[in-house]
Amino acid sequence: MSSHPIRMAGIDKSFGPVRANRGASLDVAPGEIHALVGENGAGKSTLMKILGGLIRPDAGTVEVNGGDVTGWSTSDAIAAGVGVVHQHFMLVPTLTVAENVVLGNEPKRGVMFDRTRALADVNSLIQRTGLIVPADRRVAELSVGEAQRVEILKTLYRGAKILILDEPTAVLSPPDVRELWTVLRKLRDDGATIVLITHRLDEVIDISQTITVMRAGATVGRMKTSETTPAEIARAMIGRDVVLSAPLREAVGGSAATAEHALAPVGAAVLEVTDLAVNDSRRVRVVDGISFAIRPGEVLGIAGVEGNGQTELVEAIAGLRDIVGGSISVSGRDITRATVKERREAGIAHVPEDRHRRGLILEYSIAENLVLGAQQEFSRYGLLDGDRIEEHAREQIGKFDVRPPSAAPAARTLSGGNQQKVVIAREMGRSFTVLLAAQPTRGVDVGAIEFIHRQIREARDAGKAILLVSAELNEVLALSDKVAVMYRGKFAVTLPARDATPEVLGPYMTGGKSRDAA
Amino acid sequence: MNPFDFITQTLRIAVPYLFAASGGLVAERAGIVSLTLEGFMLSGAFTATLGSYYSGSPVIGVLAGAAGGLLFGLLHGIATVRFRADQVVSGIAVNLLVIGLTQVILMLLFDSSSNSPRVEGFQAGLSGFGDPLVWMGLASVPLVAFLLYKTPFGLRVQAAGEHPEAAASVGVNVRFIRYVSVAISGVLAGLGGVYLALDQHQFTNNMTAGRGFIAIAAVIFGRWDPWRAGAACLLFAAAETLQIQLQGVGGIPSQFIQIIPYVLTIIALAGLVGRAVAPAALGRAEE
Repeated sequence: MSSHPIRMAGIDKSFGPVRANRGASLDVAPGEIHALVGENGAGKSTLMKILGGLIRPDAGTVEVNGGDVTGWSTSDAIAAGVGVVHQHFMLVPTLTVAENVVLGNEPKRGVMFDRTRALADVNSLIQRTGLIVPADRRVAELSVGEAQRVEILKTLYRGAKILILDEPTAVLSPPDVRELWTVLRKLRDDGATIVLITHRLDEVIDISQTITVMRAGATVGRMKTSETTPAEIARAMIGRDVVLSAPLREAVGGSAATAEHALAPVGAAVLEVTDLAVNDSRRVRVVDGISFAIRPGEVLGIAGVEGNGQTELVEAIAGLRDIVGGSISVSGRDITRATVKERREAGIAHVPEDRHRRGLILEYSIAENLVLGAQQEFSRYGLLDGDRIEEHAREQIGKFDVRPPSAAPAARTLSGGNQQKVVIAREMGRSFTVLLAAQPTRGVDVGAIEFIHRQIREARDAGKAILLVSAELNEVLALSDKVAVMYRGKFAVTLPARDATPEVLGPYMTGGKSRDAA
Repeated sequence: MNPFDFITQTLRIAVPYLFAASGGLVAERAGIVSLTLEGFMLSGAFTATLGSYYSGSPVIGVLAGAAGGLLFGLLHGIATVRFRADQVVSGIAVNLLVIGLTQVILMLLFDSSSNSPRVEGFQAGLSGFGDPLVWMGLASVPLVAFLLYKTPFGLRVQAAGEHPEAAASVGVNVRFIRYVSVAISGVLAGLGGVYLALDQHQFTNNMTAGRGFIAIAAVIFGRWDPWRAGAACLLFAAAETLQIQLQGVGGIPSQFIQIIPYVLTIIALAGLVGRAVAPAALGRAEE
């Protein structure tokens, strides 16, 4: 007999040839915040999807509150008080907060949807939990932090006593994260059991009581947070000692890292952006008069909550988005109206934020992806030269440590980290003077992060001008010489890296403070 | 022509548009592309003619017409929801299938390649307002608005069309919602066809003549809102009435007036009159 809210044992789950879970287990005590950690692809999300009833395990048992519920459905899970807060918000943007919260369990008056009562119910839930959101506002108009609160409200409205949060902080600014922690602690104190999926060790230490570590589909460790160290968790996650790169060092409690330099940035600016203005596809101004210059050997890091114009800024410089006003030049040459091809020839390399949409053609082989944009150089008599493409691929795969080391498979078959290495290899494996690196380590494992950061540092030391955009504040702080915070299309602040700390930057990220660019 | 006649004629011309646009709107809001309206209307017109012909009762004709629309609505639903077929391809297939089938059956039953025998319709009266279908057509707009905005089902329809995964994650049966929505669109568009057939007391080959597409234009021009789509139907119908009135007057070629709905739709899609924002998951199968 078990009074444990969650007990999963011997869980196996395969997707085709991929074994996402092999003998995974999870044991959560009542009233605790339990961190489920592991690298990307370790099988955390699969395990939680099984718990939430989204998929069925091939083998193993799932017990909730002592009863065997193996293979149940989403609605069974909801009915039993298990609520999942998905990493990608499951909200209908055109509906209001209240409508989203009650969707599927709408209060009725006769045959009609009782909108008044829905609003009242949701407002009282908001009052009780402290998850403050305007209940009658449309979700499309909410900030990311507010949208996440709506997600939590949705599960609580359905009576969830067991809350599963999948990477909840990935999109939040530091103040929003602190607020989330406050809410989660309050929910725990009110008797909820919380499972938090994350790969950020600082968060694990901050908030959890117990930790379960997964690696390669299996559960490899379970420890009390108070009795372990970040290094021990990291070792369990990766299965070996790693030389933690700067952001991880910081995450595991080391002193704030600064970019240690081989050479101080020198000379005239290579990339100069003046009063740049860009609209999004709805013709809303999303980059609003931004100016900056990056010298050779210098990294400008742009921090900020996603959706404040970072994407459009990078795309405008790369030539993928129309420019409404201002100018861009590379090495003194104006490229404001240049085509993508001309910009590449002018020396711009671009690691796009979405490798699936912009970075790779997933159905093409690794070798083909490595020559995208340079097909002419790899052609003879107007036909692609297979031998040279293959030879080039072998070279780059070795140099950039793509695993498995073969050129023929489709890019789709690689893990996220290795896909990203292919993108990096293509962009940084040729000659360039300016690197645009947007979210360069998003969704890649710790080993690949280490590798990519080293590539960026080496490029900097080789005198390249680098624009880094990342939602990971630690990453920006670890790699940059200058840090700018982007908020609503403007730089809220620009600081030398040595003055930039999460505490200093936090208020700028939420618009709480703003100052003209230094 | 006096203003009263102009208004009544506009309303009569608008009836099939109102039916079809209201139906198409429900399906589109649920995420199912409504290129099928033309086929639904034609099938409704045809089965209504058969129903009225064999029973002698226009009421049976109406029921048969609704059933005909429902049948092809469900066919489109099965293809796109159950088998996840591309909605545009399935829509075109349904339209072509209905055109072909009605011709074949017309030939088999009545030995004619052009039209059915005369069938019983409603006593429309001079103004045309004795026909209950006129009133039903006018009522379809508030009915759909009520369904969409005032009922739990409507909330789920909107969720299914905007973000089906979100709807599914809270236990909404998106497939069921989409089936029901496409069935409603089949029935309503079918009734639009019924009105045409019973008003003319016969079925003629391809008698809907593109009205289903004008209804889609009205849905888009109305930015997927039932009231605005209904207003668009009336606007298009008024343009048509005007064209009929101007015939023989000379000056403006009738083609200029016929293209009005399409020009307005392109203007709406180009974002010149407000912005036409389609349901986000329109045309996308549930994951």
